[in-house]
Amino acid sequence: MSTLLFWALLIGIFFIGSHIEKRHYASIEKREKQQRTPILLTHTVKTPRSIGEVRFVAAGVVIGADRFKHVLSNLLRVFGGNLRPYESVLDRARREALLRLKEQAPDFDAIWNVKLETCILSKATRKQGFPKAAVMVYGTAVKYR
Amino acid sequence: MIITNVEFVPNKTIVANLGLVTGSTVRAKNVVKDFGASMKNMFGGEIKSYTELLEEARKEALERMVAQATALQANAIINVRFSTSAITEGAAEIYVYGTAVQIQ
Repeated sequence: MSTLLFWALLIGIFFIGSHIEKRHYASIEKREKQQRTPILLTHTVKTPRSIGEVRFVAAGVVIGADRFKHVLSNLLRVFGGNLRPYESVLDRARREALLRLKEQAPDFDAIWNVKLETCILSKATRKQGFPKAAVMVYGTAVKYR
Repeated sequence: MIITNVEFVPNKTIVANLGLVTGSTVRAKNVVKDFGASMKNMFGGEIKSYTELLEEARKEALERMVAQATALQANAIINVRFSTSAITEGAAEIYVYGTAVQIQ
C-alpha cells in the first residue's frame, strides 16, 4: 500500500514538476528576447568611447530539482552517462541568474567581466539534503558616453 | 565607495594600492523556512527563501569588505571576486575579496 502511494505521489510530482519547468523555460525565453541591453561580456573592453557611470552588480537564484528528477537520476546513475534531469535544472538556474543580473542594470550598455559562481547549499548525496542549484553571477555594469 | 570586478576604475587613476580587503559570512535560515524549502523542493522550481538567503549573505559579505576598505581610507575596491563553500547543510558561506585602492 505504502509503495503504491509512493509511486502515485511520484507520478503526481512528475506532472507538477514538469509543468513548473515548462512554465519557467517559457518565461526565461520570453525575457531573453525582451532584454537586449545591457550586453554581457566576460572580458573588459578597451573602448574608444569614454565611460560614464560604473556600478558593481550581482544577482543569484536557487532552483530546486523535484523529487521525480531525484529518483530518476539515481536510477540513471546506475548506467552512467548524462543525468539529463539535472542538466535542465542547472541550465535554468544559470539563465535565470543572468537575466536577473541584466535586470539590475537595465539602462546600462554593458556588463563587463561577468563571472558565474555555483554555490553549494547542500550536498545532494547526503540523505537529508535535497538537490538544488544555487548560482551567483556578478560583473561591472558600465554606461558608454 | 566604487566597487568593480575589473582591474581598474574607468576614467580614474589609481594613486595608491592599499592591499587586500575581505568580507565573509555564513548564514542560514531558520528551521521553519528550511522545512518549507524541503517541501517546496518536492515539486522543483525556485526556492525563494534560499534565493533570499543568498542575497542577504552576499550583501553582508560586501558590507564587511567595504567596512575594511573604509578603515584603510580607500575610496574604491577593484578586482572583486566572490567565492563560496559549503560548511554545513542549508547554510550559505560567501567570501568576497578585492584590492582596496585610492583613486583620483
